Amino acid sequence: MERKVLFASGHTACAGCGQAIAARLVIETAGSNTIVANNTGCLEVFSTKYPESSWGIPWIHSLFENAAAVASGIESALKYKGREDIQVICQAGDGGTADIGLQALSGMWERGHNILSICYDNEAYMNTGIQRSGLTPFESDTTTTPTGRKSFGNPNLKKPVPEIALAHGIPYVATASVGFPQDLQRKVKKALSIKGPKYIQIHVPCPLGWRHEPYLTYKIARLAVETGLYPLFEYENGVLISVRKITVLPVEEYLKLQARFKHILSNPEELKKIQEIANNNIKRYNLFAEEKSNP
Amino acid sequence: MKEFLEGSQAIAKIISLCKPAVIAAYPITPQTHIPEELAKMVADGLLNSEFVNVESEHSAASVVLGAVATGVRAYTATSSQGLLLMGEVLFNIAGLRLPIVLTCANRAVSAPINIWNDQQDSISLRDSGWIQFYAENIQEAVDLHLIAYRIAEDKNVMLPVMVCIDGYILTHGLEVVEIPEEKMVENFLPPYQTNYKLDIENPLTLGFLADSDYYMETRFAIQKTHQEVLKLLPKIIQEFKTIFGRDYQEGLVEAYRTEDAEKVIVAMGSVCGTIKEAVDDLRKKGKKVGLLKIITYRPFPSNKIYEALKDVSKVAVLDRALSLGSDAPLYSEIRSVFFGKKRAPKLIRSFIAGLGGRDITLESIKTIFKKLSLKETEEEFIDLKPELLKEKL
Repeated sequence: MERKVLFASGHTACAGCGQAIAARLVIETAGSNTIVANNTGCLEVFSTKYPESSWGIPWIHSLFENAAAVASGIESALKYKGREDIQVICQAGDGGTADIGLQALSGMWERGHNILSICYDNEAYMNTGIQRSGLTPFESDTTTTPTGRKSFGNPNLKKPVPEIALAHGIPYVATASVGFPQDLQRKVKKALSIKGPKYIQIHVPCPLGWRHEPYLTYKIARLAVETGLYPLFEYENGVLISVRKITVLPVEEYLKLQARFKHILSNPEELKKIQEIANNNIKRYNLFAEEKSNP
Repeated sequence: MKEFLEGSQAIAKIISLCKPAVIAAYPITPQTHIPEELAKMVADGLLNSEFVNVESEHSAASVVLGAVATGVRAYTATSSQGLLLMGEVLFNIAGLRLPIVLTCANRAVSAPINIWNDQQDSISLRDSGWIQFYAENIQEAVDLHLIAYRIAEDKNVMLPVMVCIDGYILTHGLEVVEIPEEKMVENFLPPYQTNYKLDIENPLTLGFLADSDYYMETRFAIQKTHQEVLKLLPKIIQEFKTIFGRDYQEGLVEAYRTEDAEKVIVAMGSVCGTIKEAVDDLRKKGKKVGLLKIITYRPFPSNKIYEALKDVSKVAVLDRALSLGSDAPLYSEIRSVFFGKKRAPKLIRSFIAGLGGRDITLESIKTIFKKLSLKETEEEFIDLKPELLKEKL
């Protein structure tokens, strides 16, 4: 049997782009019976520069903030045609999800469309040059939250988008990481087996924006999880059904590989604040493993 | 069948006969009665459409965009701020070549907030690539919606159409209207079919990034298509006449008593009804006056306008919108029709009236005809209240 290429290589993403890897994992898990609506952002730009496209599935890009609404229209049209067997995914970066696209996403969740929404969370507006988004982590150095004599970088915590999704009462909400590809694929598969709106937020390192070596993408993604800074969890019908247990590494292990946190490493007081964020996650989601977690 | 209907009811009826698969709309006065009527038809099982209650006009436009991109017919309606909020999506829809039909219940734009009629909203979107029709009365509004789907979905067009109807005057007014028979609508408007869609059997990428090597040609193509619409529309209008019996000349402009006219007002929308009455009154008194009604504003029918006005001595252009800081929009375009032409009116004057719902009465129209005798060339606001200008607004 000929294997269809659903996300072809040869696109123009940077070396080590976590989003490109995650996007391929998502669409290969979803399969060819899928229509995708994509917000504006890196993924759209590097995969569909005319006259080339990486996509082997029907795919549409309209604007920065409206993929969830476009997907709602697609899903409604499929419903009208009696083609509810076709899966619909809307996907965006963290800015397109947590900031400019949140209203359309909220509308889509609340109306109950049978759509999987994916957020590729690389924690800033990378496509426009590393500006802060609602999902930029605390004290990250971005071009609009630069460090300086009076600044340690981004003063805000990550917007709790998974909790916002949960508050809509949607049947499936999960976080995932490109550092744990099997877990990611399992969650996409599970989400697509559930009828109604689903949300998966995937942590995807960005070598350019996080200022790390491209070969470290996978390692850094795993360290975010293993330090407790990016907890992997899964909610079904509002109930927490799984978390990835960790042996818990100190946050420095994660921070020291990325120049966006360089200013924190020599500052014990600020470092403590970031460790506190991890500690809260570990406590809240009961992440601590009695034994070493499986790789 | 002739029925006594509110404009919004009549429009909802013709939309339901066009059988859109998806309807998405967000409430805004004075558009609301149209989606309400459609929602009720869906609720009563009289209309088999997916009615999507969106959280904004931006999403209303985006939902119908997604639906039409999936290969089905869709409909939305809005007004004023709603149209402006949609603005970004409207440009995108035209660029994607998706044949959506939208009703704009024309309303003034804030600030100050004002829910009454003028045409600033749709005029402000004139450069978006949408075809724009302006209706004089409810019957015409009904017919133009049917014609809108037909021209939008034509294989050689594939562009969205905005049917502009004056808020309240046409949305809330009542008229005896002929609603076409279902069979006749089916004859005129075949089901929407396209290969340009999101289809798992033929997985296309829609909405590419086009850089400087490719972008300009996409804009050129839309411009060319608009020129084609000027040729195609008269044929569709002829077919419409054969099936339904109503005559819209060529669907571009309507010349009313202009043959021997010395003075003509150019206007769009419901005010044309008032102007016709004023023309009839003045004609009885022996005045040689007429009206040139613009039905299709985009594409702009320059040749038809030239033919209709080239031998008219004095022309008044009545705008119900402004291009603040410059000449009124319709006026400046009518002027440009005659640039460098040997045969042209001796005088073309700009009149602005009816902003924010101020009534344009028979007297207002007669004032315009009267003022057209004078030589001033500056624009003039009709029925302006000078005493209010002294107050601090």
